[in-house]
Amino acid sequence: MKELIMIAVGSAIVNNVVLSQFLGICPFLGVSKKTETAAGMGGAVIFVITLSSLVTALIYKYILANTYLMSIGIDLTYLKTIVYILVIACLVQFVEMFLKKKMPPLYESLGVYLPLITTNCAVLGVALTNVTKEYGIIESVVNGFATAFGFFLAIVLMAGLREKIQYNDIPKPFRGTAIVLITAALMSIAFMGFSGMI
Amino acid sequence: MNKYVERLYNGIIKENPTFVLMLGMCPTLAVTSSAINGLGMGLSTTVVLVLSNLLISAFRKIIPDGVRMPAFIVIVASLVTIVEFLMKAYLQSLSAALGVYIPLIVVNCIILGRAESYASKNPVLPSIFDGIGMGLGFTLGLTCIGLVREILGAGQIFGVQVLSLSWFTPITIFVMAPGAFLVLAFLVAGMNIIRRKMEEKGKPLAEPAGCLSGDCSNCAHSSVCADKKEVTD
Repeated sequence: MKELIMIAVGSAIVNNVVLSQFLGICPFLGVSKKTETAAGMGGAVIFVITLSSLVTALIYKYILANTYLMSIGIDLTYLKTIVYILVIACLVQFVEMFLKKKMPPLYESLGVYLPLITTNCAVLGVALTNVTKEYGIIESVVNGFATAFGFFLAIVLMAGLREKIQYNDIPKPFRGTAIVLITAALMSIAFMGFSGMI
Repeated sequence: MNKYVERLYNGIIKENPTFVLMLGMCPTLAVTSSAINGLGMGLSTTVVLVLSNLLISAFRKIIPDGVRMPAFIVIVASLVTIVEFLMKAYLQSLSAALGVYIPLIVVNCIILGRAESYASKNPVLPSIFDGIGMGLGFTLGLTCIGLVREILGAGQIFGVQVLSLSWFTPITIFVMAPGAFLVLAFLVAGMNIIRRKMEEKGKPLAEPAGCLSGDCSNCAHSSVCADKKEVTD
């Protein structure tokens, strides 16, 4: 239990996926203009990363690193990048169809963001990190959820700041993306303060 | 101008992926803590880009239009896996420094972007040169950002101490995460100034195509999210 909490705090706050690992920069900069859309995007990312962590961990354990296949000398782990990217793309498509058919209210709030994260590098990044760090299935899901929660936190905070920045007098060349990056740098410094926690 | 030289010029200067098009920002921020890492990442991306342009352009008439994206992704992912293993075998220290960002070359928008906008429509040779040009442009961008961060953050160039520590206090934050955002912010601001000057001269630069422009219509994945564009507004 203690280990799981350590993983969760570490991935959500200390090694924040956007602010210290630079994964998922695209949606972080592109979809952080309004708090509501940022929260929607964050929610969709939590949903997809948690689910894809579970699915990729299962695939890794029972197919790619299958003990029987390993024992007869077949090691499929080298296929992980190819398998993961396809599984994630299919999973997102499937989730979108499933939500549209079975849970229209949830689809209304998350559906529009789902295709945007098909090839979000954070999703693949988490799946690959789970393998590198040799996490089991439960650890992978916890790590996935925590990483995605870190993304949610970063994008919602950024959207809140950007809503205020709008009314400031910013030097002309810095308007737009540049000031957002400076804000991200300051947030990143703030998050570095957590690095002593674990 | 010879069309092959034109492709190289286009990739390195005119539509430089880092400075002008602002593509592939995840690796740009993540691996430029030193010039050598930037160079290594740039060159590995170049290898993948040249080979993927070659294969995609060679198969462009066989791949059905409806499944071209998954087909491109499989080609790129296979190439990335090969590069990853070669680096693990022959360049261990670089491979350890770049870590998860090597397999993440798969989702770099430059590669799928060039596949979609150039290699899938043009013959093999020009596509190879397009890959070389774009790849070297990306390498140049990453190495320059790496140089700036390394010299400010550690007083070194390619690992050699050039600013003596007796009078220079390294601004360590530049080799850490916030430094990446800061350097990129100033780069974007500088490019905004250059862009405006060039427009006044009547020679406008190509528009940024990546996520930094906040407009995903030029992105390789725009076909997936074309009808969802309103959410980013």
